[in-house]
Amino acid sequence: MSAVLDTHGQHDEHAHHPSGIMRWVTTTNHKDIGTMYLWFSFTMFIVGGIMALVIRTELFAPGMQIVDPDRFNAMTTYHGLIMVFGAIMPAFVGFANWLIPMQIGAPDMAFPRMNNLSFWLLPPAALLLIAAQFVPGGGAGVGWTMYAPLTVQAPMSMDLTIFAVHILGMSSIMGSINIITTIFNMRAPGMGMMRIPLFCWTWVITAFLLIAVMPVLAGAVTMTLTDRHFGTAFFNAAGGGDPVLYQHIFWFFGHPEVYIIAIPAFGVISQIIPAFSRKPLFGYTSMVYATASIAVLSFLVWAHHMYTVGMPVEAQLYFMYATVLIAVPTGVKVFNWVATIWRGSLTFETPMLFALGFLFLFTMGGFTGLVLSIVPIDVQLHDTYYVVAHFHYVMVAGALFSAFGGIYFWLPKWTGRMYNETLGKWHFWLSFIFFNVTFFVQHFLGLAGMPRRIPDYSLQFAEFNVISSIGAWGFGLAQILFLYIVVSTIRSGKPAEQRQWEGADSLEWTHLPSPPPYHSFETPPVLR
Amino acid sequence: MSVAAANRRMLVKLVVIAVGMFGFGFALVPFYKAICDVTGINNLVKRDAPVNTQVDYGRTVVLEFDANTHGLAWRFTPVQRSVSVHPGEMVVVEYEIANRSNVPVVGQAIPSYGPQVAAQYVRKLECFCFSQQRLEPGEVRRMPVQFVLDGGLPPEVNTITLSYTFFEVNAAAGAPRAGGAG
Repeated sequence: MSAVLDTHGQHDEHAHHPSGIMRWVTTTNHKDIGTMYLWFSFTMFIVGGIMALVIRTELFAPGMQIVDPDRFNAMTTYHGLIMVFGAIMPAFVGFANWLIPMQIGAPDMAFPRMNNLSFWLLPPAALLLIAAQFVPGGGAGVGWTMYAPLTVQAPMSMDLTIFAVHILGMSSIMGSINIITTIFNMRAPGMGMMRIPLFCWTWVITAFLLIAVMPVLAGAVTMTLTDRHFGTAFFNAAGGGDPVLYQHIFWFFGHPEVYIIAIPAFGVISQIIPAFSRKPLFGYTSMVYATASIAVLSFLVWAHHMYTVGMPVEAQLYFMYATVLIAVPTGVKVFNWVATIWRGSLTFETPMLFALGFLFLFTMGGFTGLVLSIVPIDVQLHDTYYVVAHFHYVMVAGALFSAFGGIYFWLPKWTGRMYNETLGKWHFWLSFIFFNVTFFVQHFLGLAGMPRRIPDYSLQFAEFNVISSIGAWGFGLAQILFLYIVVSTIRSGKPAEQRQWEGADSLEWTHLPSPPPYHSFETPPVLR
Repeated sequence: MSVAAANRRMLVKLVVIAVGMFGFGFALVPFYKAICDVTGINNLVKRDAPVNTQVDYGRTVVLEFDANTHGLAWRFTPVQRSVSVHPGEMVVVEYEIANRSNVPVVGQAIPSYGPQVAAQYVRKLECFCFSQQRLEPGEVRRMPVQFVLDGGLPPEVNTITLSYTFFEVNAAAGAPRAGGAG
């Protein structure tokens, strides 16, 4: 194989690119932008994590402990918003920036300047979300779903939140346009759409979802904004509006959003598992079609988040059946991964451990999702800790574990240095155990009827809450180890090989050294 | 077409989709209203039809109506021979009387029930038998009986006959006497 190296790379206009902070502010390089996305996402992960620890510390015992109820409500709201829009989504956009050009043999993203803009929109949005905690009236305790009519009455922090959502939405849309255009138009010669790595496919599908639903969320929060300040009554029943309409619009965005988070995670897992099984993915084509059908179905099931608003039983039945139908393509994916592992030459380095942790826990989260899709059960479990447990199994053990696995997988490629395998395994096992300590017991709390988003609870829930809070602190502290591992890898890791994982076969491993040059594939790679 | 030009075309298409979806979010507002109107759900202006939870739809009792006169020149008939009612349901039936004589007549109707035990379960809210009726010569009048069948009606009673008999109060019209029982 021919490594396409342009080692003296810095020529022409790039010879005098700015150094120091201006290098990062003005960069249009997909690798720089990917790095910034990942660090931003980790910072937001810490901020959202601190909020989670405030929540779990408050819930350590019945009664009020450390925050007043308004602050608690704000913590649940901004923990959700920051984790979804600030941590998980930018993390996978970071992966996309780093990997997509290298995996398809393109020199950079299609619109490098727009790429820079879409990253630099994120910090102001994050500042708005954090500043919302400190304005008069405190953070808006409306929940990350921002349901009307509460949002219409919320303090001015609601306006900051709405603007933050607008900015984050614009950033996501620009990022998506960039990703789709790059993959459609800039593949190396000979690389057909059915030859691109599955990670790229999952991002094509995710990007289309983002372009389709982020504007709908923008519309929903715009309506909230005009209801608050400009006398409209989209969601105000007194003016002829309907708060239930907000829920329909929000979840028309919200359910595809679930897959916007999950599908790139599927892509990362689909790269890791074949590499450590030393087998090609069991069914590439079926994986592409399953992912696409999940994306299509995600538009048709939104009202399963709102069974209890009082909809006709026919509608409940439709949304129930449609939701259950999603289990079919998801099952195709899970069986695909299992069949890839089947009789593979397995090794269990940290990325593989996170991938297997993902597979095990995400499947559990999927099953509790199936439980919740059944109307009569959901009516019982709606807004209980069962729901909290369910979506943390798919968001944390699904998306976050996949991101961790991806970082361990590609860190040798990105930095040219190998992380400490022992510490990586420690990080996995601590995360895996404390994650389950935190969230598994929440299933029982939910089944016993403990409502979510309430700072106080009855005595009978006390023991499980103690366990959950201890798990949360353990999980949070384990992430300091992750930061240490990444920093020490960058500073003093042992040099990594070009193809650090011999089972990995996409272009960044086969055609580029570790670390890749600042500008890679300025001439398209020659594909075998 | 160069890659840059192809990229720009793609950019335009994708921006159009994004802008279109922003509009779609707002289009959901009238769409939602239309769906609610067509299906009749969630109409905040239309008053909900009250549902009477006291009605026992599992049980049907037949009421037969009978009418007699005693010593008056009146034609007295129930408008309907019988109705099927559920206990707890509000029922209105009508009777018609006609004075066939050429003098004013005052009459008083006395009800009786078959079986007799049913008397305490037919709860009348309005009845022509609550007061004396005075009819001018040749006058025809329709009069309602409004009642609710009590749910405590013994289960073996499936048919109730409600029979009214009109008695003349006094031969000389006017000067009504106190009287008249429900």
